[in-house]
Amino acid sequence: MKRVAVTGLGLVCALGNSVSECWSRLAAGESGISPLRDPGSPAYKFTRGAEARDFDPSRHFSERDLIILERFAQMAVVAAREAVAQSGLDFKGELMDRTAVVTGSSVGGQFSEEEGYKRLYRENNSRVAPLTIPRTMSNAGASRIAMEFGIQGPGYTISTACSSSNHALGQAFWMVRGGQVTAAIAGGSEAVFAEGLLRAWEAMRVVAPDVCRPFSADRKGLSLGEGAGMLVLEDREHATARGARILGEIIGFGMSSDAHHITQPCVEGPAKSMLWALRDAGVAPDRVGYINAHGTGTQTNDAIETQAIRAVFGGHAARLLVSSTKSMHGHTLGAAGAIEAIATLLSLQNGLVPPTANFTTPDPACDLDVVPNCARKAELEIAISNTFAFGGLNATVVLKSAD
Amino acid sequence: MISNDMPAQSEPDDLGPQVIHIIAETQRIPPETISLDSSFEELKIDSLDGINIVFALEDKFGISIPDEGVQNLHSVRETVAGVRQLLMQKEATAPPGAA
Repeated sequence: MKRVAVTGLGLVCALGNSVSECWSRLAAGESGISPLRDPGSPAYKFTRGAEARDFDPSRHFSERDLIILERFAQMAVVAAREAVAQSGLDFKGELMDRTAVVTGSSVGGQFSEEEGYKRLYRENNSRVAPLTIPRTMSNAGASRIAMEFGIQGPGYTISTACSSSNHALGQAFWMVRGGQVTAAIAGGSEAVFAEGLLRAWEAMRVVAPDVCRPFSADRKGLSLGEGAGMLVLEDREHATARGARILGEIIGFGMSSDAHHITQPCVEGPAKSMLWALRDAGVAPDRVGYINAHGTGTQTNDAIETQAIRAVFGGHAARLLVSSTKSMHGHTLGAAGAIEAIATLLSLQNGLVPPTANFTTPDPACDLDVVPNCARKAELEIAISNTFAFGGLNATVVLKSAD
Repeated sequence: MISNDMPAQSEPDDLGPQVIHIIAETQRIPPETISLDSSFEELKIDSLDGINIVFALEDKFGISIPDEGVQNLHSVRETVAGVRQLLMQKEATAPPGAA
């Protein structure tokens, strides 16, 4: 089995348009959750979201490219460009066929889809825009990434709601570790601020009226966010041979299904996801120093996740640092796993755990060290990143600092 | 739905510039780079771009371009000729007294 190095990272989210910009704000505990640019009419019950306000598509794409690329795909490509540039990889020769592109997205191109419905049902116009299909398909980002870099190996997109990009990352990791491919661009993207989708989230009654406060006693729900995260994974030997800088490693991946309820989480599923991931990595629970939690900020998730962590880590849970960076970049749904895996890797690299922002009041149901409001210095070797999706599909990635 | 700025029965001489305008608009390219003699290949217009252009032409002229017709378009001149033919058919089949 190959060791799997991470040699490139790319980020777009409410915190910025590059890894360095986002990390400086994560480390400072700054939240990107702001008043919605379009508060809705009638107003949505929630007033804030983590919009990628500074993401200007025209800075990254020609007008012709934008005819075919939806916002979620644009973000995926921009994040992939940053990750590939950092990795220094050139996908020529054998690597062209030996590189995978695996992305995650929960809803794909929502804007074009809603535009089509507006024409059909509001305007009684049966002529829906001709590029609706290629704009909305969830693999639009993956396909464009493959085309842009001339990558001809495996390419696909996983859609498992909020676990989409953790599943994508895990699958890509397994492919590199198993030797099926030498490298992979893996991650996910989501653009959620489309009216129909916002109304659907509103109706679910899980969005906080103001901001998400994960693990805080007064938490009232999640904050929606948009963005993309992409990682370049590479056979460590290949990376070393070409003198690439190794940013860290992925060493394990685990997943599980609750088989319980379509939206209500349970303790066993998340616990199994973490256990399988640790077993896959071959590390004992007490070697983990940090958990980037799913930590949505709903009453149920955070309490259940706390119980699951206690079930897996036992007495070691008291020594763990656990934070939810969703408090800063929002819940980016299909992009969450990738963005949070990057935050986790940067924590290992920098010896600094980003905090759970917006925290006000400890909750006995979430009695972990949740690193409230201020980042914490910590010598870390191994960390995990959790995602638990609606539908009870859980995925956990295990990361390790570079040797 | 027809969104005519100009009547669909406009003089043949106007048709070329109108089609060029639509191609330029849908492809986000300057109209002065397009002539009647331009091939779609020169203009880097592929089959996917083609369906966008055809959609806009249908909207503009209130015509319906058959799927197999779309595949036979390779140049601006062919497109103008095709649109002209469909406009003539439309006129011929229009009920008496219709505009």
